[in-house]
Amino acid sequence: MSEQGQNNDLELLTFRVADQEYSLDIMSVREIRGWTRTTPMPHAPDYMRGVINLRGTVLPVMDLARRLHLPSQETNDRNVIIVVNLNGTLTGLLVDAVSDIVAITEDDLQPPPDMSTDPQMSVVRSLTVIDDRMIRVLDLRAVVPAASDEVA
Amino acid sequence: MSDQNDPMAEIRASFFIECEELLEALQDGLQEMDEAEDGSEDPETINVVFRAVHSIKGGAGAFGLEALVRFAHRYETVLDEVRNGVLHPDSDAMKLFFLAADHLSDLVRACRDETPLPEETSEELLTRLDALLGDEGGAEEVAPEDFQPMGLSLGLDLPDLDAPTANHFTIRFKPEQELFATGNEPLMLLRNLCDLGTSSVRCNLTDLPALEDLAPETPYIEWLIELETEAAEPEIRDVFEFVDGLCEIEITGGASEPETTDSAPLPEAPSEEAEPEAALTEMPEPQVAPPPPAGAKPEDKEAAKETGEGRKGGAAAAKSVVRVDLERIERLVNLVGELVINQAMLSQSLDEAGLSPHSDAMNGLEEFQRLTRDIQDSVMMIRAQPVKSLFQRMSRIVREASAAVDKDVRLITEGEGTEVDKTVIERLSDPLTHMIRNAVDHGLEGAADRETAGKPRAGTVKLTAAHRSGRVIIEVADDGAGINRKRVQEIAVNKGLIPPDIQLSDSEIDNLLFLPGFSTAKTVSNLSGRGVGMDVVKTAIQSLGGRITINSEPNKGTTFSISLPLTLAVLDGMVVNVAGETLVLPLNVVVETLSLGPDDVQMLRPGHYVVRVRGGFVPLYDLGVMLGYRQQRKTEAGAIVLLIVLEDSTRAALVIDGIQDQRQVVIKGLDDSFYRAPGIAAATILGDGQIALILDPADVIAGMGHMRGADLMLSERMIANE
Repeated sequence: MSEQGQNNDLELLTFRVADQEYSLDIMSVREIRGWTRTTPMPHAPDYMRGVINLRGTVLPVMDLARRLHLPSQETNDRNVIIVVNLNGTLTGLLVDAVSDIVAITEDDLQPPPDMSTDPQMSVVRSLTVIDDRMIRVLDLRAVVPAASDEVA
Repeated sequence: MSDQNDPMAEIRASFFIECEELLEALQDGLQEMDEAEDGSEDPETINVVFRAVHSIKGGAGAFGLEALVRFAHRYETVLDEVRNGVLHPDSDAMKLFFLAADHLSDLVRACRDETPLPEETSEELLTRLDALLGDEGGAEEVAPEDFQPMGLSLGLDLPDLDAPTANHFTIRFKPEQELFATGNEPLMLLRNLCDLGTSSVRCNLTDLPALEDLAPETPYIEWLIELETEAAEPEIRDVFEFVDGLCEIEITGGASEPETTDSAPLPEAPSEEAEPEAALTEMPEPQVAPPPPAGAKPEDKEAAKETGEGRKGGAAAAKSVVRVDLERIERLVNLVGELVINQAMLSQSLDEAGLSPHSDAMNGLEEFQRLTRDIQDSVMMIRAQPVKSLFQRMSRIVREASAAVDKDVRLITEGEGTEVDKTVIERLSDPLTHMIRNAVDHGLEGAADRETAGKPRAGTVKLTAAHRSGRVIIEVADDGAGINRKRVQEIAVNKGLIPPDIQLSDSEIDNLLFLPGFSTAKTVSNLSGRGVGMDVVKTAIQSLGGRITINSEPNKGTTFSISLPLTLAVLDGMVVNVAGETLVLPLNVVVETLSLGPDDVQMLRPGHYVVRVRGGFVPLYDLGVMLGYRQQRKTEAGAIVLLIVLEDSTRAALVIDGIQDQRQVVIKGLDDSFYRAPGIAAATILGDGQIALILDPADVIAGMGHMRGADLMLSERMIANE
């Protein structure tokens, strides 16, 4: 993204999805809440888990594993929903567990290798290494489908 | 608001709000004049019309809106002739008055939005208005600066006095704080008074405290005026008309006046006219002694007087009202929504606690529920507005549309007082405009055709609104030729919308009008026929939770009925279980619940079932299957079925697993930015905090791959014809 190459500090929220480690810019995370039962939407795409009540508003929840074409795990009490804010719209992302908050600089980020045929890679904005573990930084705009994408 | 720092901007904004009210009164008055037979007009009606224009002019003068003043003045001059009985408007003149009123509202809006003024139309209309004067005589060109503030008899029950004699009056005038707060200027009043005759004015300063004790916003002084005049007391009272209730006035003396000493000029002094403004308009300078305004413009005199009048006109029309920021109401509505959810939660937990239904807690809860419902109704009432403003806009559309296609059209409106949620009114404007234009353009025949058909030359479009069983019904009816079904079918075939050899019933053909891409106009006229047709109207109505139906009779006309929910915020729903999920159906579509016996269900063809209800067959749908929650089961016997009837009389039986409750639910909009579920209208929050989806039954049935009503049969037949 455009801020690459600057020495800005960046905080990432890391979490696990289907035994893989992913992360999001913490500035786009609005809150993290425990798993509650979702109300399924009829005929929704498989990654749409349904909607939950977020203090009086209806929040759509997306199963991040399915969205990333990873094997979906059984949901259990330790699953959490990360509520993200994208251009003023709130969306819930169901993940296995939240791990950590890490501070890095933009210099620590590497662009992902070009593997454009891999659908999963198109949502990964960059890669970074923390404690010898590779962490994928998700591009939220690619993860949350825009209105126009899903009309059909 | 953002303009807090600029008192002028606020006053200006309130002037334009008043203008809207005045324009509405103007429309009403003109309508009344138009409907009255020749010569039978109520003089008060003409007064109202005149006053509305006059007040707009006055206010516009105060804000230096020259173009508006100019137009309003000449319009007013003509109306004055009517008021004085010199000019008797015929129907053409009335049309011109309507056009002028429309134009006046255009000017007001242009001034408000600071967009370019439509000067050319002004000129044209003014020429035509002046022509009216020319024909009837008595046209004197009065320059705007010359006119005097008129003593209008604003419906005051004061005796008329002819025979002017020289009277001597002593007038005591003591302004109160509100007089200044409402922007009135005592100096103007005194000057006006002096214009009536010879006078001497004394100022009484005895009440004026020492400077250190002086409260800057409290008026302390009074004036004593000795007046020698030919005018009678009512005329003197007229001077103070607009400050009525804002000051103490005592008028003594006079020759032929018996009741001269009442200190309150009018018993029913409408003091509320001051209140809304008092908060807004704070006089910046202290009001101890009103100095002559610096750099007073010539029209200041009228302006001061007439802003007063504008206020009066507005207040009189709108009874006692408070203007509230819409956002605050929204917040209240949301809070009440939360309250309803909370109450449901409380009710559920008390239930689970196993309390006796006769315990105090349960009785209290019942009372609480009743109160909640009352609060909810009251809050919804705040949002409700009469459809009048919408209908008035439509009368303009009719005028413009009929002029464009050169047809003589009368618009009759009924049920203007019907109240509908504000959002509904706003979002109804476009579809209704389209329907009205359609009625004028396509619905009504030309004058010649009408005469051949034995109808009056002028066509009629009737716009009605009414409350019916918890919904609002709005109808647009014309007395035209009715839908030319043969032609409609031809077009649909030509456009490939239906197969050529299909047999359709009348209502099926009528419903073809709602198909996307359908337009019957032979030529693309100025008004309609640009391809956006009734399908857009239908979509717009549906997005409001409404339905639209057509009823057409050859040679008698066509009626479009729109049925809308009263509010977009709450719904009386039936809470049901389907495949482990909780769903809400609008209660008004559910007519019956039944449980299926083994012989009730018949198979039409594989996957399609009908159920026999009271001798008729109704298609049976499993809600769980329709929503993709489960597979079709082998037998539906023993299942619970809701019999629903949609607006267009389509009947359907929906299989559910159980009925939970009937209750009011708060409608929560679904964020459909990346997924819009078919058949789902909205969502609500249940007592346990879970979200339940609110079904749109019509959409559910349509989503099954069938279309509703006529469409349903149509599709079945299309399949059969293949």
